[in-house]
Amino acid sequence: METQIPIHLIVLLPLLGAAINGLFGRRFSEGTIAGIACLATFIPFMLSVQAFLALQGGLERIAPAPLFTWFASGGFKVELGFVIDHLTSIFTLVVTGIGFLIHLYSAKYMEGDEGFYKFFAYLNLFLFSMLMLIMGENLILMFVGWEGVGLCSYLLIGFWYQENANADAGKKAFITNRVGDFGFLLGIFFILYALAETGKPMSLSFTDLQANAGVFAGLATTICLLLFVGAAGKSAQVPLYVWLPDAMAGPTPVSALIHAATMVTAGIYMVARLNFLFVQSPMAMTVVACVGAFTALFAATMGFLQNDIKKVLAYSTVSQLGYMFMGVGVGAFGAGLFHVVTHAFFKACLFLGSGSVIYALHHEQDIRKMGGLFKKMPITAWTFLLSTMAIAGFPLFSGFFSKDEILWKAFANQTTLVPGWALWSVGVLAAVCTAFYMVRVFCLTFLGEYRGGHNDHHGHDSHGHDDHHGHGEIHETPGFMTAPLIILAVGAVFGGLAGLPHWMPGHPTNWFEHWLSPVFTAAEPLKFLDNTSLELALMAVSVSLCALSAGVAYYMYAGGGQHLPAQLAARMKPLYTLVYNKYWVDELYQAVIVSPIKAFSRFCWRVIDDGLIDGALVNGTAGVVNLSGRLVRLFTSGDVQRYATVLFVGVWVLLVFWLAR
Amino acid sequence: MNLENSSQFPWLTLVTLLPLLGALLLTAVPRVHEGLLKGLALGWSLIVFVVSLPIYFKFDPSNAGYQLTELHEWIPAIGVQYALGVDGISLWLVMLSTFLTPIILLGSWTSIETRVKEFLICFLLLETAMLGALVSLDLFLFYIFWELMLIPMYLLIGVWGGTNRIAATIKFFLMTAVGSLLMLVAMFYIYQRRDGAPSFLLQDYLTLSLTLTEQLYLFGAFALAFAIKVPMVPFHTWLPRAHTEAPTAGSVVLAGVLLKMGTYGFVRFAMPLFPDATLVATPYIAGLATVGIVYGALLALAQSDVKKLVAYSSVSHLGFVMLGLAAMSTQGVTGAMLQMLNHGISTGALFLLVGCIYERRHTRQIADFGGITQVMPWFAVMFLIVTMSSIGLPGTNGFVGEFLVLSGTFLADGPWDLRWYVAVAATGVILGAFYMLWMFQRVMFGPLKNEKNKKLTDLNLREWVVLTPLIVLIFVMGIKPQFIIDRMEPSIEAFRKVATTSRLPADDAEGRARIAEIRQRKTNAAEAK
Repeated sequence: METQIPIHLIVLLPLLGAAINGLFGRRFSEGTIAGIACLATFIPFMLSVQAFLALQGGLERIAPAPLFTWFASGGFKVELGFVIDHLTSIFTLVVTGIGFLIHLYSAKYMEGDEGFYKFFAYLNLFLFSMLMLIMGENLILMFVGWEGVGLCSYLLIGFWYQENANADAGKKAFITNRVGDFGFLLGIFFILYALAETGKPMSLSFTDLQANAGVFAGLATTICLLLFVGAAGKSAQVPLYVWLPDAMAGPTPVSALIHAATMVTAGIYMVARLNFLFVQSPMAMTVVACVGAFTALFAATMGFLQNDIKKVLAYSTVSQLGYMFMGVGVGAFGAGLFHVVTHAFFKACLFLGSGSVIYALHHEQDIRKMGGLFKKMPITAWTFLLSTMAIAGFPLFSGFFSKDEILWKAFANQTTLVPGWALWSVGVLAAVCTAFYMVRVFCLTFLGEYRGGHNDHHGHDSHGHDDHHGHGEIHETPGFMTAPLIILAVGAVFGGLAGLPHWMPGHPTNWFEHWLSPVFTAAEPLKFLDNTSLELALMAVSVSLCALSAGVAYYMYAGGGQHLPAQLAARMKPLYTLVYNKYWVDELYQAVIVSPIKAFSRFCWRVIDDGLIDGALVNGTAGVVNLSGRLVRLFTSGDVQRYATVLFVGVWVLLVFWLAR
Repeated sequence: MNLENSSQFPWLTLVTLLPLLGALLLTAVPRVHEGLLKGLALGWSLIVFVVSLPIYFKFDPSNAGYQLTELHEWIPAIGVQYALGVDGISLWLVMLSTFLTPIILLGSWTSIETRVKEFLICFLLLETAMLGALVSLDLFLFYIFWELMLIPMYLLIGVWGGTNRIAATIKFFLMTAVGSLLMLVAMFYIYQRRDGAPSFLLQDYLTLSLTLTEQLYLFGAFALAFAIKVPMVPFHTWLPRAHTEAPTAGSVVLAGVLLKMGTYGFVRFAMPLFPDATLVATPYIAGLATVGIVYGALLALAQSDVKKLVAYSSVSHLGFVMLGLAAMSTQGVTGAMLQMLNHGISTGALFLLVGCIYERRHTRQIADFGGITQVMPWFAVMFLIVTMSSIGLPGTNGFVGEFLVLSGTFLADGPWDLRWYVAVAATGVILGAFYMLWMFQRVMFGPLKNEKNKKLTDLNLREWVVLTPLIVLIFVMGIKPQFIIDRMEPSIEAFRKVATTSRLPADDAEGRARIAEIRQRKTNAAEAK
């Protein structure tokens, strides 16, 4: 079956939008700029829907002929071609759909910023790169998108570049990601190596790789672990997660789109896309699952004590990404990806909600200075509440289904080298933390009394919004911003319907997993326990623990126990300090990696290069030549008397020498 | 393959000598007419570029051998011939040279204020020397052009350079000259070692059989000359000094073309002339290249002067080129050739950009800047694009070359397993991002604190004209590099064949044993599996 859907336009239109706004945007009105950018996102969305429907109509994949050969050398060839299959279709829908909503939101959020056109050019460029990443027909194009989203992330984190902290955060993100890319590159090289060793054609297109999957058996662990270094960089997993919390320096719509809903899930996409490699190495699967589980818990604990609303959400994102890796790591690819989708909805909603609050409070991000916003900003508050319930795993909300699926699959898996119950326990513990810190944020932000002053807090006044609305009354944000919130909240609540578990009455198969099953044929042999009553019992345990934790959080931050946080902090001072300072991981990296590299580079320059190589070797050689010259010069003074003296002495010396013999 | 006059019209002679003619023409113009002199030189260099285009269009991509060849007796008594030709390897460097020259002349339109006439003459002379070295197929002729390049460059730095120019010039001149002289001695050695009618034609030496010991010494002499020029660590210390002191034009031509003469020398002469020595030396070349990549990047990281940073980054980038050459695989060598062009364009552009702000502020200290984006937004865009090209972001030219070098070296199917070298070299990708982005941030981002920077003006029309072609090329070569690769590959295959075919004499048992032992490594490794 052939289809005429021009899917390359899904990728190229955002690029066109970026080019138009980037080159000429300076002369356009804000309406025109936003219009172009939104259109360059909306048409791809419609095309993605069309592609999705075509796939649902029975098409296995949409793979038009490549546009052209990008480069080819010595039997190695990279085609510029795009493919949409069942896995990609989910991502294109999420990326373009949520991308479009965030474009709309940004049109209002960024109003009046002097870099308005630049912002939308970057945002479109990001979508282009992201779509390249997910739609590229081979590993190299994925890498292109991979680096491209990194660049856009860099540009958007440091968007307000006049402040060094923002520029620093952008640089940190880029360089940390480059550490990951180093692994990605070496992984690619090993794949090529395995192909070359066995005489297979050196094609990195995913279909060929899957067809040749057998040749990677010996190197599967090496390849997968290297690739996972890349995934851990992009998707902010331990130990490369450090850039994501700092990335919150970017404008909030960016945090929602790039650093929550789309780009950071690229690592999960990669593992899922290359599932046929990962399933060959239980070792690699175990590492993925363990890193995911540990990150889920570790990041969740850091979310406890953050006071910047975006930072809490950032650690929460790191933690949720950990869940997704746990899912794909235990071989539950469908479950992991389902969490990607539900998370995209509720986390984008949470971020945009926080943006709405920040906008209304003139760039206040400290939750200690918020409170009581429920009545003033009802739409923001309600959507935030629904998303909080979704992320906390409140039964029947989207996050409940996806998280529970991952937890159960982690428990039931028979692939990883660590026992399933251990992964499950860590996951549940992380869920308990999640429920706690999310309820805390909600209470501090929306409940109780407003704790902020009225006439201060516009520290970031260079960002231009403050001229547009008065400082006095706090009120709900305009429709451009609340409409996306409402749509996303609907997704956060009902998104779970796409993946209703098998135990729900009338749903013998999970639609979402069934949809993806053609992509994960290689994962079919993976075994899981099949015990519905145990599944339900474990679910009851995790749900009740989360509910308890949410209740405690409510009591401590909005109920009768509001004196408790301070008391507990005082009683457990060392632990509190440790967590409050995020375990000093940033400081550790600075002291153990960054500073030594800088010091070593200065040592290389001053001591080795200027001192040893140039000083001793180069100038030393020149010095020896110079010295020999001076010595020889003594003999050629042109002074006849001196020549005669030397001759005379010489003759006598020889004579004595000869006679003495 | 017989060399003969294949060209109806002596295109190569024309292109090579045209700049020289221009220089002579300039001598006739009185020095008071500075504008006329500049205009004339620029116009002339543009004509040279236009005249060089037929070389590209007449080039037959399917032909691996030399094309547009010219052959004339020059000094029959000792067998020196006037032999010119291009293949897929030199073609692109010729085009790069004629392309960059007008850009450089326009780029230094206002920065050269003294002895303008001499500067322009020097520059056109330099162009002739570079082109001559690239198209020479006779060792003697090559050597003449090779040494001829030194003189204008020596003057460019020594006359129009910065405050410490004399020390830098001396270091530059002496280091390059020492290497070259050893190469000359080596040339005479193989000349007397060859039987038959006297000849300096390169191709007459590609069948010459030499013992391994001889090859190693001779390769050493050639390699030293070229390694200094590249420059490879530890022969690189002249480079940062020369770059820092040279005027923008000097830096651009140095980075853009002259350094490539070193890597080109390896491809054209050192490796094909002494294939067995090349094989023995491979781990050392790859080792020095890898060290260069990482060490150069570390040195760049420590710099507080933008220009010096870019200069050290050249050491790192040229390390990639040498690594790809050492790998001797099709992909590796192709990547190396691409990196030569990429480096010429990206680093050339970087030096031009540094020149833009130097002309405005007369400082290159990173600490003197900060927040420049606010006052020079278009400059910021261009700087960012070139920075991304320099760190090999896909979509820009830097990626394809870097990827092919690294993957080609990883997959190298020669006797040496170079995978660990790649693992180390790939850390250069991280460090590259580190030093470039850190520098970019300190110069372009942050608050605009320094009062002197607040008055800076954005790019003027001339600077736009200078930079735009380079930016366009960065994207063209990043997105559609295949037209370049297609024209290179046949010649690269021919080069690989010559440079990997053993030419030891039958009686060199010791050498043969050594080579056999090295070749055995591969088989042993395969059996161990």
